[in-house]
Amino acid sequence: MEVTETWYLVLSAVLFSLGAFGLMTRRNPLVMFMCVELMLNAVNISFVAFSSALDDLAGQSAVFFVLVVAAAEVVVGLSIVVALLRRQPDATADEFVEMRG
Amino acid sequence: MLEAAWLIPAFPLTGFILILLIGRRLGEPLAGWLGTAMMGGSFLATVAVFFGLVAEEEPERFFIQTLFTWVPAGSFSVDIGFLVDPLSIAMCLFITGVGTLIHLYSIGYMHGDENFSKFFLYLNLFAASMLLLVLGDNLLLTFLGWEGVGACSYLLISFWFKDEANASAGKKAFVTNRIGDFGFMLGTFLVFSAIGSIKYADIIVGANSGALTVGTATGITLLMLLAATGKSAQIPLFVWLPDAMAGPTPVSALIHAATMVTSGVYLLIRLNPVLDLSEPWSLSLIAWIGAITGLVAALAAVVQNDIKKVLAYSTVSQLGYLFMAVGIGAYVPAMFHMITHAFFKALLFLGSGSVIHGVHDEQDMRRMGGLYKMMPITAGTFIIGWLAIAGVPPFAGFWSKDEILVYAWDVNPALWAVGLVTALLTAFYMTRQVILTFFGRTRYYDAHTDEIDAAFAGRIDAASADIEAAREDLVKAQEAIDKAIGDLPKREEAIEKAKANLGDATAAVEASDPDTEGHDKLVKALDKAVKGISKSEDALAKAQAKVAEAEAGFAVAEQAQVDAASRRQGLDAARRNAPAVPSHVTAHTAAPDVSEFEDDLPESYKARQEYHPHESPWTMTLPLVALSGLAIVAGGLNLPFTKDLHFLEHWLEPSLFANEHKLTASGTEKIVMAAIAVAAASIAIAAAFAIYWRGKARPEAVENPALALAVNYDKAIASVAGGPGTDGFNGAAWFDAKVVDRAVNGVPQLISYTASKSRSLQSGFVRSYGLVLIVGTGALAVVLLRSLVL
Amino acid sequence: MMDVIVFAISAAIILGGGLGVISLRNPVHAALSLIATFFGVAVLFILQEAHFLALVQVVVYAGAVVVLFLFVIMLLGVDQAEDVSTEPIVGQRPLAAAGAGLILLLVLGGLFLSGEGGDGGSVALTGQRAAVTPMEDTQDIEQLARDLFTRNILAFEATALLLTIATVGAVVLVRNEGGEDLVVDDPGSSVR
Repeated sequence: MEVTETWYLVLSAVLFSLGAFGLMTRRNPLVMFMCVELMLNAVNISFVAFSSALDDLAGQSAVFFVLVVAAAEVVVGLSIVVALLRRQPDATADEFVEMRG
Repeated sequence: MLEAAWLIPAFPLTGFILILLIGRRLGEPLAGWLGTAMMGGSFLATVAVFFGLVAEEEPERFFIQTLFTWVPAGSFSVDIGFLVDPLSIAMCLFITGVGTLIHLYSIGYMHGDENFSKFFLYLNLFAASMLLLVLGDNLLLTFLGWEGVGACSYLLISFWFKDEANASAGKKAFVTNRIGDFGFMLGTFLVFSAIGSIKYADIIVGANSGALTVGTATGITLLMLLAATGKSAQIPLFVWLPDAMAGPTPVSALIHAATMVTSGVYLLIRLNPVLDLSEPWSLSLIAWIGAITGLVAALAAVVQNDIKKVLAYSTVSQLGYLFMAVGIGAYVPAMFHMITHAFFKALLFLGSGSVIHGVHDEQDMRRMGGLYKMMPITAGTFIIGWLAIAGVPPFAGFWSKDEILVYAWDVNPALWAVGLVTALLTAFYMTRQVILTFFGRTRYYDAHTDEIDAAFAGRIDAASADIEAAREDLVKAQEAIDKAIGDLPKREEAIEKAKANLGDATAAVEASDPDTEGHDKLVKALDKAVKGISKSEDALAKAQAKVAEAEAGFAVAEQAQVDAASRRQGLDAARRNAPAVPSHVTAHTAAPDVSEFEDDLPESYKARQEYHPHESPWTMTLPLVALSGLAIVAGGLNLPFTKDLHFLEHWLEPSLFANEHKLTASGTEKIVMAAIAVAAASIAIAAAFAIYWRGKARPEAVENPALALAVNYDKAIASVAGGPGTDGFNGAAWFDAKVVDRAVNGVPQLISYTASKSRSLQSGFVRSYGLVLIVGTGALAVVLLRSLVL
Repeated sequence: MMDVIVFAISAAIILGGGLGVISLRNPVHAALSLIATFFGVAVLFILQEAHFLALVQVVVYAGAVVVLFLFVIMLLGVDQAEDVSTEPIVGQRPLAAAGAGLILLLVLGGLFLSGEGGDGGSVALTGQRAAVTPMEDTQDIEQLARDLFTRNILAFEATALLLTIATVGAVVLVRNEGGEDLVVDDPGSSVR
């Protein structure tokens, strides 16, 4: 038996859906963020898997950029969370409903 | 010469602008002369164009002068163009001719009016609009003129708008006209959708070449019939014309006799190719509307007492003739009668205006009479007009009306019968008008009912005051009696006392010694007592006298009251038996005898005795003479004797495209018809003389049934318009409110409902949004991966 | 053989960490699970000869991102256990499961149902093969660096810009108007 890229991709898919489910289910904003990180990591796994399967370096560069952008996203996202939670320390994601139509 | 066509409407339009700018400064009478000069210029231009047209060969008598493009909207292009052809020039000739005469007349009639220049402003604008209507080469330009004359009619009817009734009359005219305008607009739309152009040239070509289906042609005919009904005052839209008499008389003459009301008939004649294509029943409808209108209006004219209202209903009746002629295809007789009617009706109106002016603004014919002595020119011209309208040969009206009757006999004897009865009634009521106005006793000086009432009212008031005074006197007398009687017991008491005194004194004297000192005193006392008695008795007598006096006074007062009451009763009886002013008069109806209370009659009566009706100035009588001349000779336009004398018929041929009805009556039949018409007119005139001059029958016998008949027709029309008509309108309104509005409002309501339901999707919860995102991504993935999987 | 075992263990760690993130009530515990996931991913990277990426993964993700998470959790005191048992939004859990399941199915379906050969991907979408940068035998960091500074130089500079913006944005977002410093009333209270 050999570890083909299909295994990686399946793992990536499962991890991605786990992250999606967690994003929709958890109410703590920080945990929601962590679920986003899960999804990003799942994508990274699949990128690297394709990179090694297709013998193409582009996958790894993509991962690099995803990493950078994820980091930037975390910075901005957490500052937003901090700004929000400063006013309402015990708030969950459900309490920010200003966008209600 | 033909190039001068644009001058015809340009002159009065220039007049309008000039008077607008400097009219107030020109003042009276220069503004009037300016207006008249402009109309005269227009008339000269018309004559010039007429001769230009005559110079052309007959098939070439069709000239369009385009000034500029008015509405360049692609396929719908409308020019300001003038169509000069025999029909329009014939109309222009009498419009400008009669118009000039009426402008001249107005200078005299409106003398002293504070809005003198405004009157000529409106008159010139009206003339310009009417000429645009007639000369326009397309339906839109005609409609511009159509609306213009409607607006000017409103302005001129309400000229003396400070009186509320005049303003209402103007509004009524405008609104009723508007109903017709709606038909005109729809007809124009229909023409455009069927033929693709609204120029008369294209309409005629389209109609003759078969571009119009019978249904479309019928639709256009009916819609234009609606338009003409409003403008030319046919049933059921004639109600504005009698009210329009609220305007100054020249307005009535120009607008409501000679010009505006003929524009409906002109429109129908202009569109004769379309009429020719439509269903026969629609043409019969036109004819019968005209016939019925003529009859009902003539019936109503018989009972009118206002000199102008008679002429107003007469106009409606004659317009009914025109409609009937158009309906049966007798276009040439219609035009002939239109021209002669313009002459004699304008003459009659101007004459009535002269009469009104002469009798100091009195318009009720029952208060006129015997005016021919004081206003000979007016009377003479009016009589000529009367003979013309009554259909007495050789005056113009006979020839034209007879033509129409002959054609009517040829098409449908029932129509002829109605027309004959109308002619009979026309002769009757016009004779009545002439007799009541110009002949007989001068009833102008008679007291009016309200004046007699005022006189009696004064006297009765005085008698009532007397009764009141007598009553007060009675009360006072009663009081005096009571007072006097109250005095009596006192006096009687005094007498008793004095008598007792006397008794005592006498006894004392008798008892005393004559030699004692006291004896003298007692004797003196006795004397005093005796005197006292006589005094008391005097006093009693006086008091009794006073009582008698008071009772006498009471009796006098009582008598006075009875006298006053009987006087008042006598006055009441006298008033009940007072000379009444009859509501139906003849030429010789006696005046109410007011000699007994002449001094009590109010100021208006006394002022009238001082005034003498007089003839009008030359500015008013000259047009009368001119028009009467035309009324005499206009019959020569289309004499029926030989074909060569049919000038008008030959002249109008190019405009009629051989659509007119061809007469199949033989020469003998025509002579018989003419004889019957003359006989009918003679009978009517004789009957009117019998009733109103000789007094052989009471006027009420004729007038009341006529009124009842006319009112019944009116009621029938009202019930149709009110009943099914109103139901129709209500139905349309319901449809609009429920169906159309619901559809129109339903769309936003649906959107709003959907939006509010969709709103619940926007819960504000980030996680729900996330869910939607994920699901959306999934959907996107499905789309993208479909090609792979499948 | 070794690969399979390593893969299996890493996969187990990754999935276990993932499950921990989504189900643990205490956010600090969830963060720790996340670290486990990151480490597992790093192992997978090494397994596929992407050493540099594994390094960066550990340093940046596990070392910086999660630490940042923990800082914020502790700073704001949001480390109270969340009530995971209830779900206020009606139907969210089932729908979420369905949505996530849908994604999973799609990806797996796309993975297993597509045709053979390498004609998926860009060929299916655009009909053209993507440009390929073949991997050489040298160290991947060198290759990566070369690729980064030549072919992806624009993206590289853009990410630099992005990071700057992110930093500035973060400062602006959490700045106290009036220039006060970020004050936490009772630092000790966040530690239960």
